[in-house]
Amino acid sequence: MTFQSLDSSPVGSVEVPPGVALLRRGMGAARSGLRRYGLLAAFLALWQIGSTQGWINATVFPPLDAILSALWEGLTGGALLDDIAISLQRSGLAFAAAVAVGIPLGLFMGQIRAVEQALDPILQFFRQTSALALYPVFILLLGLGEASKVFVIFWATLFPILLATTGGVKDVDRKLIEMAATFGASRTTIFRRVVLPASVPSIFVGLRLSATTALLLLIAAEMIGANKGLGFQVMNAQYNFQIPQMFAAILLLAALGLAANALLVTLQRRLCRWADLTR
Amino acid sequence: MSVAQQTRRGEVTLRDLSKSFRLNGQPLQVLRNLSLDVRSGEVLAIVGPSGCGKTTLLRVLAGLEQPDRGEVLIDGHAVQGVGTERAIIFQEPRLLPWLTVLGNVSFGLQVRGKSAAEAEARARHCIRLVGLADFEDAYPRQLSGGMAQRVGIARALTVQPEILLLDEPLGALDAMTKQAMQEELTRIWREEQVTMILVTHDLEEAIFLADRVMVMQKGGTTPPRLIDVDLPRPRDRSEDRFVALRRRLMQEFGLH
Repeated sequence: MTFQSLDSSPVGSVEVPPGVALLRRGMGAARSGLRRYGLLAAFLALWQIGSTQGWINATVFPPLDAILSALWEGLTGGALLDDIAISLQRSGLAFAAAVAVGIPLGLFMGQIRAVEQALDPILQFFRQTSALALYPVFILLLGLGEASKVFVIFWATLFPILLATTGGVKDVDRKLIEMAATFGASRTTIFRRVVLPASVPSIFVGLRLSATTALLLLIAAEMIGANKGLGFQVMNAQYNFQIPQMFAAILLLAALGLAANALLVTLQRRLCRWADLTR
Repeated sequence: MSVAQQTRRGEVTLRDLSKSFRLNGQPLQVLRNLSLDVRSGEVLAIVGPSGCGKTTLLRVLAGLEQPDRGEVLIDGHAVQGVGTERAIIFQEPRLLPWLTVLGNVSFGLQVRGKSAAEAEARARHCIRLVGLADFEDAYPRQLSGGMAQRVGIARALTVQPEILLLDEPLGALDAMTKQAMQEELTRIWREEQVTMILVTHDLEEAIFLADRVMVMQKGGTTPPRLIDVDLPRPRDRSEDRFVALRRRLMQEFGLH
């Protein structure tokens, strides 16, 4: 018998008084926090000091406190809330549509070779055509309203999801499929119990890529033809030379991106706990 | 009728089995008119140089490959494709990484339409049989190679096969684990009373486990030779007759 213990915790560790232990833990947390966020903090500090001391042009790079108070006013005064809502709606709708189309189509394409071979050339062609270059076409087709904006974001977010899903399905270990087949599993059972769970990690790679793309396209679309939204606010503030307001909108966009990514990472951890147990 | 079925349980007969592949456009005959009877509850080891068709033979038996000619009979009935009376243990454990040990072991029964509760109860029994009762909730990534392979063995046992097909099941394990696992396979074979057909390239393993050893030759032109292993169990690797038999098998391979 060759048993191996999973948790071989070291026995007989040295006794430490509780106060010292607490202090040590606090020091440890501080050190790891410094290692992770130290450079970011230094960058922000340099910005603040540089701007107030006149090392950098304060009209282009206003001090952080001015940006933060502009952000606070925008949020509490409600001026930015409408913009956040409409931006979230546009990117959210487009992203949801891309998920609803991309994942089922990707699963289908990955499973059936003939479909994939027939669709791949045209999809590659579409993918390589920049969504922004096609935006004028979408405007001609759908008008300058919401539809064309949502559609251009949808277009750009569809491909990462679609290709990652197709790739994930195609990359499923044949040996696992064969194993399931030896137990007499039907095609549907193999799909449901082997192919689908095995593809989840790569589907998430696609989702995270798409979330980033969605925000990118959102800003571009709002800069070109909108009168609301965070992307519009960045442009508008710059035209009116309200530089702190401009940075406040940029900051909000960055926060939106971080939040979307964090949400997807959390969801991925939940669903693919098995994939990173050893990491 | 039921008595007849009992006595024939796990009998395998091959009739005139032939199989060839195309390799770079050239037909490559792997099996040629192979006929063989495997008795109920017997352990047959298949050895031979690589490329002699031993794995192909096992895959035909498993129903994963179709023979060009001839047929496979199990308990007197011709079979095609995979069947519930056979289970396979592969060289790699082939575990589903998103399922726990319990989930993996009950997978076979769940696929065959048993309820989750029923499948898990049977799976727990098999997990105990391979000595992994404490690791039911572990994920495959947390297991060592030997433990993972034992999960694969338990998964094959849950479906209560009459015939266990083993494709170099211990080939990827280190020497120590391998010996321990060979002893466990003997114990499992005795407790479950299954017919075992084992492909291996380890002659000592073949003699340790098998009632008969089939030596296959490359090209399928010379018919395979069958050698009886007439040694009492439990077997001792350093015993004279064991050593003599190993020497004889090595001579079959042209090794001295």
